Amino acid sequence: MLLTEADVKNMKLTIKIAATLCITVLTLGSSFADTQKLVLTGSSTVAPLALEIGKRFEQRNPGIRVDVQSGGSTRGVNDARTGLADIGMASRALKPTESDLTSYRIAMDGIGIILHQDNPVQTLSDDQIREIYTGKISNWQAVGGEDRKITVVNKAEGRSTLELFLHHFQLNNPEIRAHVVIGDNQQGIKTVAGSVGAIGYVSIGTAEYEQTHGTPIRLLAMDGVAATVDIVRAGRFPLLRPLNLVIKGAPNALALRFITFAQSQAVDDLVTTQYFVPLAR
Amino acid sequence: MFKQPARYSDVMLTLLVWLATLLVVGLFAWLVGDLILHGYSKLNLAFLLDVPQNAGREGGIAPILVSTLLILAVALLATLPLGLATAVYLSEYTNGALANGIRMSLNILAGVPSIVFGLFGNALFCIWLGMGFSIWSGGLTLACMMLPLFISTTESGLSAVTNEWRHGAAALGLSHTAALWQVLLPAASPAITAGLMLSIGRALAETAALIFTSGYVDRMPTSLSDSGRALSVHIYDLSMNVTGGDASAYGSALVLIITLMVISGIAVGLTNRFLSQRITLS
Amino acid sequence: MIWSRHNTSSPLRADATLARVTGSLAMAVAVLLGLVILLLIRESWGMLVDGGWVRFFDSEGWYPQRGQFDLLPMLWATLAASLGALLIALPLGMMSAVFSRFYAPGWMVSSLRRVMMLLAGIPSVVYGLWGLTVLVPLIAQWEPPGASLLAAILILALMVLPTVALTSEAALAAVSPASLQGAAALGLSRKGIVLGVALPEARAGIMTGALLAALRALGETMAVLMVAGNVVQTPGSVFDSVRVLTANIALEMPYAIGDHRAALFATGLMLMLIVTLLSWLAGRREELAHV
Repeated sequence: MLLTEADVKNMKLTIKIAATLCITVLTLGSSFADTQKLVLTGSSTVAPLALEIGKRFEQRNPGIRVDVQSGGSTRGVNDARTGLADIGMASRALKPTESDLTSYRIAMDGIGIILHQDNPVQTLSDDQIREIYTGKISNWQAVGGEDRKITVVNKAEGRSTLELFLHHFQLNNPEIRAHVVIGDNQQGIKTVAGSVGAIGYVSIGTAEYEQTHGTPIRLLAMDGVAATVDIVRAGRFPLLRPLNLVIKGAPNALALRFITFAQSQAVDDLVTTQYFVPLAR
Repeated sequence: MFKQPARYSDVMLTLLVWLATLLVVGLFAWLVGDLILHGYSKLNLAFLLDVPQNAGREGGIAPILVSTLLILAVALLATLPLGLATAVYLSEYTNGALANGIRMSLNILAGVPSIVFGLFGNALFCIWLGMGFSIWSGGLTLACMMLPLFISTTESGLSAVTNEWRHGAAALGLSHTAALWQVLLPAASPAITAGLMLSIGRALAETAALIFTSGYVDRMPTSLSDSGRALSVHIYDLSMNVTGGDASAYGSALVLIITLMVISGIAVGLTNRFLSQRITLS
Repeated sequence: MIWSRHNTSSPLRADATLARVTGSLAMAVAVLLGLVILLLIRESWGMLVDGGWVRFFDSEGWYPQRGQFDLLPMLWATLAASLGALLIALPLGMMSAVFSRFYAPGWMVSSLRRVMMLLAGIPSVVYGLWGLTVLVPLIAQWEPPGASLLAAILILALMVLPTVALTSEAALAAVSPASLQGAAALGLSRKGIVLGVALPEARAGIMTGALLAALRALGETMAVLMVAGNVVQTPGSVFDSVRVLTANIALEMPYAIGDHRAALFATGLMLMLIVTLLSWLAGRREELAHV
């Protein structure tokens, strides 16, 4: 096969590209094993907070790397158990079946009901909320609002927010008649913000932030207690959830240092900027 | 070639075709317009060069861009040779049951949901092969997802080349290798280019699979076995998980689109350079 | 023309190597698929044996905590969403490909291709975000809740459109100029050439594109999760909130254990079954068309 000039040029280009790629791969292909690594997996709610705490920990402890992965609270608990992760993250308290693990709380969060800004309804009693969510009330007129269908927004099964909501209002998931089922907090906020007749429940810190930044939603008082971050901090809000780091057995030295750091006042500002509530001290 | 007296059905088809295209372009403009509206405030050099701060709401996306490009590079390194070889094998060497079997396998792979690929990649690359959450795992999992797309389009292009060209090449005494490289692949280059662009697009757009394989860490990767957050995962986290991350999410989405344009431009340029210069189809 | 047949095979060593190399790499790809299926079967085993799979069809709804795994509503939702998306995307995609090849002024062609490429590269999460913040409120004003089968169909159509358009355009580009010139010489109008000559000759490539689009629509997770509403019910109207099989896996996998987890992997297997059926049907149609 005769080689044309173009062929030669192309072969030279190919060799150059291949050489660059090979050099890139070879220099990057090896990992540096002399740094200590801490792996956290679990709740995607806790993950951004853990990420920021990890970065500050790395700054103060050079030579240590903190890798945070998400995957859900259940995954965090399982990974902590099997050793795939050094520390698990969970946005809930440990269940009785998980008594072989220890949990260390690093922040608190409240769960509040949100409505659309243009919805004239100002308060809802616990009974009314129950009836809305079980489908017995389907029009806002029945609770003092306009003539508009209620769009019930519920969280998907397995989420700790759902379980806490159900527990507080003493409902079972099969009893709920939802119109929209959401996965993440922000999906809930965007759904309620997009539909005047919608009702949902989200983290209070998140909702407060969105409210002050122009998203058309409004937090509702629960049981007569206003839904604000300050009230959650004072521990007076009826629906609370803990954000935990979980470990199996006794933590090793590095994990212990990290947990102590995460529970200390040094990270309170990080907790607040993630719109959670720092631990009361 | 097309200058004819206009008839009713001709005008109808012309109208229909123009309307369809305008609709598509209009939708695209709506979508991108919305992105630009929400994200343009973040488009500056600092955004591209800084590290993320405050869970990604401030700072930039430099480490994430680097991770994304590395993941794409690994995926392409795996897909291109494997894909070209399989497409050539399917169109030139086999027929009947074996070819149909492989084709079916590829179609089935193309229909597997991305989250299943994520779990598969996690089980195979992260756990069984021991690579853990890493750019390697992410890139190889993406390659699995890109392969069916790339092979289908390339094979389709090769099959569309009429046998006359192959007979001609044989008559001229060209070996199979020469015929392939000098005649067939250049003739199929529109399809190969289309397949390449679609694959790169798919790779950059993939989210669910990468969360489980290349991970969540937003640090600048120092090696391919580091965990690295891809741009699409970053956009997902900022828009769905982090409070107040919307502006950065839209900004990152714009950067991703621009990156896609640049990479596709390079890919098309390279393909034309290597293939089309030999043969021009008028 | 098949190079492996004895009368067209080549005596050169380079060519034998080519045959062997391409062959083994193709085998590797087939092995890959085998691994994926193996994983799915291994993880869903608990639900499949001992007639457990019957639960997928005769349970009373999807309540995994109670061992009820009725898949049918989600199956209908998946099929409805994908079919609806294809009904919109196929004509639109083909027509813009026809436009690009036969009607567009020269300077427009490459810009149009760039537009399609861009649409192909936008992450599903961005489509979902746009759908959630723009499309769903629009539909909600018409008929609550807004997050519905209609939203899913529209978003999916937008997502698979580039695949159809790009592959159809490539297929139309491969139509031999001789056919087109011959048709023009016979006096056919542009419409006649397009409908009578170009499209039929490009049919194989267009079918490939359509199949890829269908597969993409069936497998799409993130965007549909964000706009479809995710309520497990058989859709009665396009405004009903639905949950597709892929969204179900994504929503529940992180929190599923035991039978629930096995059930989710089994839905992955079911999706692969549907896809297999679809590709087989497409293959049959190819064979029949070649008679």
